[in-house]
Amino acid sequence: MTLLTQNHDASITAPPATRPRTSSTLIGHFERGLDAPICLTWELTYACNLSCSHCLSSSGRRDPRELSTEECKGIIDELQRMQVFYVNIGGGEPTVRSDFWELVDYATDHQVGVKFSTNGVKITPEVAARLAASDYVDVQISLDGATAEVNDFVRGPGSYELAMRAMQNMADAGFSGFKISVVCTRQNISQLDEFKAIADRFGAQLRLTRLRPSGRGADVWDELHPLPEQQRELYDWLVAHGEGVLTGDSFFHLSAFGEALPGLNLCGAGRVVCLIDPIGDVYACPFAIHDEFLAGSIRSEGGFSHVWRESELFQRLREPTGGGACGSCSFYDSCRGGCMAAKFFTGLPLDGPDPECVRGFGEQLLAERATDAVPKSTGDHSHRTSPPRPRGSTGPVPLTLSVRRPDAAPVNACAENPLAGFSPPQCHRPPGAPAEPTTRRNQAPITSRAERAYTPHYTHISEPHG
Amino acid sequence: MVSVPLDRTITVHPRVSIRPEPFGALLYHFGTRQLSFLKDRRLLETVRACDGTRTLRAALAEAGVPDTQTERYGRAVMTLIASSMLVQQADDTKEKAA
Amino acid sequence: MSIPEDRPAAEIDALIEEESLVEEVSIDGMCGVY
Repeated sequence: MTLLTQNHDASITAPPATRPRTSSTLIGHFERGLDAPICLTWELTYACNLSCSHCLSSSGRRDPRELSTEECKGIIDELQRMQVFYVNIGGGEPTVRSDFWELVDYATDHQVGVKFSTNGVKITPEVAARLAASDYVDVQISLDGATAEVNDFVRGPGSYELAMRAMQNMADAGFSGFKISVVCTRQNISQLDEFKAIADRFGAQLRLTRLRPSGRGADVWDELHPLPEQQRELYDWLVAHGEGVLTGDSFFHLSAFGEALPGLNLCGAGRVVCLIDPIGDVYACPFAIHDEFLAGSIRSEGGFSHVWRESELFQRLREPTGGGACGSCSFYDSCRGGCMAAKFFTGLPLDGPDPECVRGFGEQLLAERATDAVPKSTGDHSHRTSPPRPRGSTGPVPLTLSVRRPDAAPVNACAENPLAGFSPPQCHRPPGAPAEPTTRRNQAPITSRAERAYTPHYTHISEPHG
Repeated sequence: MVSVPLDRTITVHPRVSIRPEPFGALLYHFGTRQLSFLKDRRLLETVRACDGTRTLRAALAEAGVPDTQTERYGRAVMTLIASSMLVQQADDTKEKAA
Repeated sequence: MSIPEDRPAAEIDALIEEESLVEEVSIDGMCGVY
């Protein structure tokens, strides 16, 4: 691979002079993997009341094979034995599971710290009060626009109001320090100051994270991933204003810009973190839901700990790799070659540059590719509301032919109620919340490609059975 | 500069979980959500020896820390006290002397 | 900082290194948790 002779960014001329934040000895230990994760993501269900266009897990509809309450408690028991300190419970929308609170309580009663990620649908004043009363559970509310216009373009009509209401309920209940988690996109990077203002308003902690081409994210990647100058803007903002702003170590690929951002600055997949999905499959990372990164299942002999310690995939990820094509780059020590999932789902080799390599090497490689075909995430639990957004700029829009009404939730075959499955499109209003005037559904400007494409659709779903 | 409290009793905070590792240990505080890496086994042994029955000096001795390293390990302990991983007990030596 | 000549080599190395025995990271500092 020939390297660009001219950098994207003229300011990148030499490796950063400052020491990386984490010592190299510690990095070495983590790259070789630990006997147990430090923390992990646990997607509790694929069911979701929203249909965000960038959903990393392609969520929407519950999977019939999802883990039972008892199986979930078994996992928590294992995590306790392994001393996994912290679990991010996500989904889909985890709070729609009827056993959600039972499982959260079980985890915190068994020395497993919990953060849960939510779109706010169940964060009523009562729930907020309950959360504020204990110190054990962290709450993370998703928001992808500082305005309804920008947010709802990605997350669907009414989702901004839903999140805002939840945040207000949290603040009113005295729960400060909950997290507002943002996926940074081309459309919202100009709103960083406003996001910070929202977080300050509610006494919350802002969290900025990277958009990855995973799940439905692959369909919107070309349109929404930050432009090179926006990456620079984001990095500069984090350095200047990012004290107290979390990133989940999302941006270690930007380390070539200068001083390293807070965090371990390395890919934790299969080494210090992993994903447990709603049916018990264990993947290296929530952004890598694909057979290539499937380590095993908690339902097999030996459970989760056996998969973590003995799976062929994780043992391979823990072997020293060297930089591959990036090894000769003077910035490799900082960026470590970037994100494995981002490379995989854009069709790039894993031993080469990140698609958003700040020196432009990823972009160059993408341009040189012979084909536009890329791997697709395993499984699609999306709501069947309309054809998926086509990838690439040309080609026919694939149609999903179905005898079901397009916006119906799955109906139990034994349902007697003639209205079973009927979901009028309306905002789910948490009980007790005052009625509000309908918000003007002002969409962000749409490109001609988007006009033919999948529109994020808000669907009200009923509680999963059992 | 604050000096290392060698003659004070130090305990591990009750909400701290200690997870030994080949390279040393991980410490996690369930209250502060702080994660600390101990990069040395003797530091881990020192922390384990801080069970409320010993002064820091005695805990360091228990862990086999040589006198020449007292300052270095003492600084590490101070870091852990600052992040609430370890807790200094109240100083009651004045009362004893009186 | 002057290093006494009579100290063992290993200790001199440790003094030179000045690396702390403790490192702190936020629990949010690991990539792969959204």
